[in-house]
Amino acid sequence: MNGVHDLGGMHGMGPVNPEANEPVFHDEWERRVFAMFVATFAGGNFNVDMFRHAIERMGPAHYLESSYYEHWLAAIETLMTENGSITREELTARQAELAKGAA
Amino acid sequence: MASERHSLSLTDVGLRVKALESVLTEKGLIEPDALEALIDTYEHKIGPRNGAKVVAKAWSDPAYKERLLKDGSAAILEFGFSGVQGEDMVVVENTAGVHNVLVCTLCSCYPWPTLGLPPIWYKAAPYRSRVVIDPRGVLEEFGLNVSDDVEVRVWDSNAELRYMVLPERPDGTDGMSEDQLAELVTRDSMVGVAKVAAPN
Repeated sequence: MNGVHDLGGMHGMGPVNPEANEPVFHDEWERRVFAMFVATFAGGNFNVDMFRHAIERMGPAHYLESSYYEHWLAAIETLMTENGSITREELTARQAELAKGAA
Repeated sequence: MASERHSLSLTDVGLRVKALESVLTEKGLIEPDALEALIDTYEHKIGPRNGAKVVAKAWSDPAYKERLLKDGSAAILEFGFSGVQGEDMVVVENTAGVHNVLVCTLCSCYPWPTLGLPPIWYKAAPYRSRVVIDPRGVLEEFGLNVSDDVEVRVWDSNAELRYMVLPERPDGTDGMSEDQLAELVTRDSMVGVAKVAAPN
């Protein structure tokens, strides 16, 4: 796929800005996404090529603007809904419940 | 896709993560306790200290170094380091005349068993786009100046093959034990954006 993820040689992406002593995870949600990837992968729901392809299918602007583990989140949501394990409606309903609970 | 973009602009990422984990758990597709163990493994147990041991041994044992450069996967496996995202390894040696640096331009391929999980900069657009066209400029951003008479080689990892840099052994390390040598080796030196500093 010749999508925007094919970044080698592109101009204009700005400075690298490495973070000193960077932690492995920057947020608790990143830990959970990482673990969910490993668990759903180990559960045989998809292989790594399907996972990368799901990321490559993100909207290009969204891909460039979102953080790394957000790519993983999008891919897990995509693959687990596409294979019928869960539905988008179940996700949005649960998001709404959790948002109400947190309010 | 457009619909995904709209839902994203309305929903907090943390909330999406909680919802996903909640639904997957309810359906028995994941187990929260198993998740904790996975997080612990990759946050605390698997990391660049593994690669540092490999480097220290290569510096200390010429026969091991030869095996490492000939068949990276097998030599790394001698330490028991293997598995997910490190199934096929090639180790590239930095010398006085050649400086190697690694990237995955398409995503974030990285040798997890030896280096752990990659840092953000490795996985982000600036590094992935620029290190293949201006490696010396990128290395300058890391504070590494590679002189013009040294060849720079950039290795683009892919889904099947991972790389690790064997950095140059610094001066002032004669007689050091493998453990002492391993302590000097940094993650950045095994990706190729730094050299191993001489001990004080």
